[in-house]
Amino acid sequence: MDIPTIYAYKRQNGQIGVRNHVIILPVDDLSNAACEHVASNVPGVMALPHPYGRLQFGEDLELHFRTLIGTGRNPNVAAVIVIGIEPVWTKRIVDGIAGTGKPVAGFSIEEVGDIMTIAHASRKAAEFLQYASELRREDVSLAELTISVKCGESDTTSGLASNPTCGNVVDRLTGMKNIVYFGETSEVTGGENLIADRCATPAVRDAFMEIHSSYIKFIEDQGVSLLGSQPTEGNIKGGLTTIEEKALGNVQKMGRESKVVGVLQPAETPSGPDGQPAERGLYFMDTSSAAAECVTLMAAAGASIHIFTTGQGNIIGNPIEPVIKVTANPKTARTMSEHIDVDVSGILSGELTLVQAGDKLMEMLYRTANGRMTCAEVLGHREFVLTKLYRSA
Amino acid sequence: MVARHKFLVHAPDDMVGVAVEDVPADSEVEALIMENGRYIHIKTRQVVPLGHKVALRDIPEGTRVIKYGVAIGEASTDIQAGDHVHVQNLQSLRWKKSVARSENGQIVEIK
Repeated sequence: MDIPTIYAYKRQNGQIGVRNHVIILPVDDLSNAACEHVASNVPGVMALPHPYGRLQFGEDLELHFRTLIGTGRNPNVAAVIVIGIEPVWTKRIVDGIAGTGKPVAGFSIEEVGDIMTIAHASRKAAEFLQYASELRREDVSLAELTISVKCGESDTTSGLASNPTCGNVVDRLTGMKNIVYFGETSEVTGGENLIADRCATPAVRDAFMEIHSSYIKFIEDQGVSLLGSQPTEGNIKGGLTTIEEKALGNVQKMGRESKVVGVLQPAETPSGPDGQPAERGLYFMDTSSAAAECVTLMAAAGASIHIFTTGQGNIIGNPIEPVIKVTANPKTARTMSEHIDVDVSGILSGELTLVQAGDKLMEMLYRTANGRMTCAEVLGHREFVLTKLYRSA
Repeated sequence: MVARHKFLVHAPDDMVGVAVEDVPADSEVEALIMENGRYIHIKTRQVVPLGHKVALRDIPEGTRVIKYGVAIGEASTDIQAGDHVHVQNLQSLRWKKSVARSENGQIVEIK
């Protein structure tokens, strides 16, 4: 297979990024103001405010750290300033990012105050931005990228055309040995056996079924039935009858040939045994189906471009991972054109074959990798939404 | 371009096709099988709105209904070729023993 060359950033640890962000990352809600002031002092860097990071504990706290550290480690990020209220958690995030070899500096506000913290962090941010501005794109293989996929505001055109187009591209990517993430634990219910049958080994299959059954148990423990909400009334109005049918439309995104080679916790990066490189291929990540939460987790696991299929027109973006929007709904393509990067509605009218639609999406993938800004980037969509597993102490 | 087909079918063995526009009752139309580019002739017996399903063949009660090449549920009553297939004649295999949807889409317990 011919593997295309792209023009992208090679980071110190060998990972390939398609953007060159300098980010100002708050450890906690209290540090948002300082981060935003730094970004105001040094236009060109990007603050990522969020509402959490205090009195979290257990698995929820681990996910918080994993997501923030992973965001800093993402190869689309050139350098990172971390600001937290106190030094211990700040250092933990700085240390987690430093392993990549990229420039990272931490500042804590206690005993210093906002004003001096902002001054020190702004000087560092200016230095990092100048560093990043001298980094150059170089020729690398497209196969080195990690790509994530998800659908949202789905309708029947999603299962008919935009998700199969995504699947066509996922098959090409796994054929080139890219790493690809898909997820949405709640939305695949009804099609979980289809995913289980695609798992590469019995161990992967068991891990997937374990994640899925604990999700079902979580729903049942809330005393609710999935059948009451799935398919939704809107789905039924649009012609979806059963939960299986809805899930089958969703899982078209994983393609027809790709095997699931591993199952990931939220925001987890794949790893191989004994420090070996991870197996390359398609991974299922345990995520919410809420668009911004899911994409934030996948970006934190190192994905550098996201393919997002939509029917009715979800407008999500992400601050560090460009989100390519694909629709097969001709009305959405027309009425929300500023949000749609790839229109594959020609599949419905017979003007496009699935393979031609896949070609169109692949072309947009190269262009995005080479630097073309996506609709979501142009419109300033930077939804950074942390997943919180339960309430804080 | 005016498309020849009014319905799309995912896979050759599928028993239902999906309307790509609102299709009136008693329409003699074509369904395009996406996987092999072949056409099936079908006459609708009821209105099938955009995105909804039509039966491509007779489907007796209790038969698993195939779409995407796999079962999306089973016929809760006899379905004839050309029928609109939805909550009134197709139910989930997953929870069919305890619950089903009534004609207006509400969830009802089956005692």
